[in-house]
Amino acid sequence: MMNIPVLKAAVPPACSKTTRSISMPRGSRADTAKAMIEVKSLTIGWGDTIVQRDLNFAVTRGEVFGILGGSGTGKTTLLRFLIGLESPTKGEIDVAGRGPPNLEAGLPPFGVMFQAGALFGSFTVGENVSLPLEEWTDLPSDAIATIARAKLKLVGLDGAADKFPAELSGGMKKRAAIARALALDPELVFLDEPSAGLDPVMAAGLDELILTLSKTLGLTVVLVTHDLASIFRIANRIIMLDRETQTSIATGDPRELRNSADPRVYDFFNRKSRED
Amino acid sequence: MASLPSIQLDEQSGTPPGAHQLLRDGDRIRISGDLRMHDAAGLLRALRKETNHASGPVTFDLSNVQAADGGVVALLIEVRAELATRGVSAEISGANERVETIVKLYSGHEGVTEHQKRKPERAVAQIGRATFEAIEEAKALLDFLGSMVLAGLALVRKPRVGHWKDVGPLCEKTGANAVPIVLLINFLVGFVMAFQSAKQLKLFGANIYVADLVGISLTREIAPLMTAIIVCGRSGAAFAAEIGSMKVNEEIDALRTLGISPFGWLVVPRVVALILVVPILTLIADFVGITGGLLVGVLNLDLSPRGYLIETLTAVHGWDVVTGLLKGFVFSIAIALIACQQGFAAVGGAEGVGRRTTSSVVTSLFALVVIDALFTVIFRVLNL
Repeated sequence: MMNIPVLKAAVPPACSKTTRSISMPRGSRADTAKAMIEVKSLTIGWGDTIVQRDLNFAVTRGEVFGILGGSGTGKTTLLRFLIGLESPTKGEIDVAGRGPPNLEAGLPPFGVMFQAGALFGSFTVGENVSLPLEEWTDLPSDAIATIARAKLKLVGLDGAADKFPAELSGGMKKRAAIARALALDPELVFLDEPSAGLDPVMAAGLDELILTLSKTLGLTVVLVTHDLASIFRIANRIIMLDRETQTSIATGDPRELRNSADPRVYDFFNRKSRED
Repeated sequence: MASLPSIQLDEQSGTPPGAHQLLRDGDRIRISGDLRMHDAAGLLRALRKETNHASGPVTFDLSNVQAADGGVVALLIEVRAELATRGVSAEISGANERVETIVKLYSGHEGVTEHQKRKPERAVAQIGRATFEAIEEAKALLDFLGSMVLAGLALVRKPRVGHWKDVGPLCEKTGANAVPIVLLINFLVGFVMAFQSAKQLKLFGANIYVADLVGISLTREIAPLMTAIIVCGRSGAAFAAEIGSMKVNEEIDALRTLGISPFGWLVVPRVVALILVVPILTLIADFVGITGGLLVGVLNLDLSPRGYLIETLTAVHGWDVVTGLLKGFVFSIAIALIACQQGFAAVGGAEGVGRRTTSSVVTSLFALVVIDALFTVIFRVLNL
């Protein structure tokens, strides 16, 4: 709590060429008391359409936090608000103690993996991972290439560095996008449906990777997912969005929510189809 | 569903074997045979015919139906719903277990969807909508221009934001690769212009003035405009399509989450590349256009090449060329900004990108002609 102002001062607002030898702007790892993300009475939507209202939750440092809900409940929309691609008209978002994320003010303190990867099509996979390193560090190019290869190896894509995104399968694109999100070793990553479209073995491998990163590096992970197996395996806590009530209907440990008294939550976690 | 079998007509009845048959028995309509998609149309006609005048309750007896396709069952259910709206109760009975399951699966939606065909928009409404859309478009363009000015000011303070590395390759793509088409088109334009005017000028014995006419109109007007049109069609369209597909692939969002300004990364290098390239292409166009005129002068008007060139040099002043280059400079900014704006405005998928690409070219051409007219009027009024 105390060192937040100091941190803010230490982070150059837009990292000019001379001062951009820092890597990621980050809070202290020891600062575990402060939530990594804090959301208060947030309303999200597009124009006049409200997708979700009155969302309140906090993501603790080092935890794996899941955003769940049926199709079309606004999970990805919520993610877009959390990473600052949309700005809330109502409610508060605080990410890493730096207030609402401002993407115009230089490097944000997190990495993002988009649903379909969003790799830059005109760059090779290696260049995609190198890009943030080139932009935000003063490392020589061979060092950048080394780090990029290491990140790709981490997600099981060694050897794919010289391929173009169009040459990769959907699952490989996702893993490459995770490597890019991890390029600058952020302390927070957002993953939009990381395991969708992966085979079960690969999905399990990805789960293990996320768990390892979270445990060893203290990485905080916020993920949007439908994958129950993955939720139970890696998520410490979840928030569940509902379409009809347009707000969250549950937050907490997924293993406990499995026995929820709320039929909507129960059905979701027990993979029951609903007749309404 | 099994693949549609080739239908062999039964010799006696003229119906395919295994096809449905309808038997009316009081208020009971017995359907037998397999209900398959390939004779769904016949079944629907028969069902409507049989139930057309029904006033009391109707039962569709499916006890002799062995198998049914979902689509046919949906039609049967639709007929039942039609009857229900007329106040005639109808039920489906006697279906075997498999058919019954299909009936259940397809029930429950009938009557919900009113067949609302979209009415074709009236001419007045179309004009109104198009007007509002045009106003919105103009607003969006102004919005974009405004944010570009702001971003440009920010760029002056922090030049690092620009993705300068991209300028070289972009110059090659938009400039060097465009040289052949610029040469060809402007040569032909000069040639045609000389040819057309030669006939008229010959009447007055003023052959030599072809050089003046071609030289001045090319350098001041035609060469910059033609070049800009070529660049707009080649590079403007490419910019809009590139940025548009990046937008729909969330690549623009990804750039932003990496702390990289899409403006600096995508717009700045494109504007700079065109600013560098278009005036050079315009100069090339001037020369090759005059060459086209020269060819006509020599072949058709018996002028000496030397005489033609001397006449051109006395008629065309440096300032004429410079006004052309000035126009080219402004054209290049307009083309790049409009293309980028259209690219950023793309939504949806491939279709959205295509629409924005088209619209980028159309908007640019419009802007080019308007800017050209403005320039010409201003230069004329100021006597420049």
